[in-house]
Amino acid sequence: MKQRWKKGLINIYYIPALVLFGGFVIYPLLKGLQISFTNWDGFSQNYSNVGLKNYQTLIQDGHIRTTLVNTVIYGFGSTLLQNVLGLAYALFLNQKFAGRNVTRAVIYMQAMVASLIMGYMYYFILQYDGGALNDIMKILGLDAVDWLSNGRRAVLLITLINSIQFVGVSMILYLAGLQGISASYYEAAELDGAGFWQKFRYITWPLLIPAVTSSVMLNLIGGLKLFDIIQPLTAGGPGFASHSLATLVSYTYFRGQNAGYSATIGIFSFILIMVVSIVLMKYFTKREGNV
Amino acid sequence: MKKGGIRSRFSICTVIAALICAFHLIPFYIMLGVALKSPYDTSSRWVFPGYLYLDNFREAIRYGKILKSILSNVIITGGAVIGITVVGALAAYPLARNQSRVNKVVRTFSLGMMMIPALSLLVPLYSLMVDIGGISTYWGIIIILVTFQLPTSIFLYTNFIISIPAALDEAAAIDGCSRLKVFFLIILPQLKPVTASVVIMTGVSCWNDYMFSLYFLQSPQIKTVTLSVASFFTQTQSNMGAAAAGALLGIVPIVTLYLCLQKYFIKGMLDSAIK
Repeated sequence: MKQRWKKGLINIYYIPALVLFGGFVIYPLLKGLQISFTNWDGFSQNYSNVGLKNYQTLIQDGHIRTTLVNTVIYGFGSTLLQNVLGLAYALFLNQKFAGRNVTRAVIYMQAMVASLIMGYMYYFILQYDGGALNDIMKILGLDAVDWLSNGRRAVLLITLINSIQFVGVSMILYLAGLQGISASYYEAAELDGAGFWQKFRYITWPLLIPAVTSSVMLNLIGGLKLFDIIQPLTAGGPGFASHSLATLVSYTYFRGQNAGYSATIGIFSFILIMVVSIVLMKYFTKREGNV
Repeated sequence: MKKGGIRSRFSICTVIAALICAFHLIPFYIMLGVALKSPYDTSSRWVFPGYLYLDNFREAIRYGKILKSILSNVIITGGAVIGITVVGALAAYPLARNQSRVNKVVRTFSLGMMMIPALSLLVPLYSLMVDIGGISTYWGIIIILVTFQLPTSIFLYTNFIISIPAALDEAAAIDGCSRLKVFFLIILPQLKPVTASVVIMTGVSCWNDYMFSLYFLQSPQIKTVTLSVASFFTQTQSNMGAAAAGALLGIVPIVTLYLCLQKYFIKGMLDSAIK
């Protein structure tokens, strides 16, 4: 009896956490669902229920389609680039040579800088007038390019910059994975005459799958939520061409003063990100089970 | 002969590594150059100024109020990190020690919170914060940051406490320690390594936050570094140098801390990424 009472008592310790989750996550989620059925403008007292009208608009909205494509490029493009480059860096820096620790530190350092500020750094490089990249174009005898003026190119550049900034995260995860692989596997494989590619294919890669899982999950969820870095580079422009779901929610609310519709986009992105995370988690758990 | 071969391969590796470093340092180099140049200097951004010009930094401090923003960041990040560690460690203790059915549900629920993207809650969260008077206040932004970093903290602490043998608590309980005493005297002192990871991981996110600050800090009274830098850039299109100087001052604290405590930063990242 006393034991039970004590067990019950310590559960009180997680009440503060549950209160915070309830008040600032679950309640807003339900409230957001409710707002998504209204035509609220974000500040006035009067608004009415409009039923599924916002959701109908969502399906027909051309901007949403562009934004959705962009979000998928930001999410999956960054994940692909970051992991391929991160793995290459990790394989390279897993060798012993002078300066490898400094190199690791430099690559990971960028992940410490606020993405917003990173965006401004790259703005100085990509700017049309006086940008560092156009100076190189000039030296090569080519015409200056307004790098961020084309929507699709801007989306790809933002994806690239996001990947370069966070490649260190994947690199560190892969390095930790590589260090966990016993050297005796490689020695045995070498005795059997395995080459570089065979060793990678049959030893390194299968044993790295847990690191791949962590890295892909982190990158993908981060990429689908991309917000900070878009602001300094294009602010969603030109027009609506480089918006992500996150920047579009903000734009629709503050600039468009359409809170109802903004909440609808929010609910839509919630469902999208949940579905993607759950599907991926299932896929990776199954795959890790098979190896 | 063989030794020489290995050495030369290593020196090639060093050269490649130097090129990789140079590539990753270009943005920092360019921004530093812009910050140190006078507005009348029209030379290429690749050319480093051959003179000492610090007016941009003066302007960033005087008009950009960047030092005041750094102070705001210290208050917000400090307050949030305290909340994240205390509430997280407390919640993790029963979740790790008493794995009843209810507690398993609570644990899964708090992990699930990690997947809910803040962006989908911004509209209702904003109106909630307006209702409770939390817009443009320290406590408002701190409470939001604590809530959204809490799942990471609970996750790290729970995993760590599970690895501390329960025999320790039991021995203390037999000696007459209350549950509260066991937590503070036995568990808490052992949490130092994981606390370092929690503080670093969540601290970096809080320090670099832009989205929450943009939404919930609307008055010029409290401005975080990212907010100041963003408004500086939009206002002073004519003087990019001062904006660049402000941005550089804003990243100095975190980059310095990272360079001094690299080992802990990397450990923190690994702890929180592997699920």
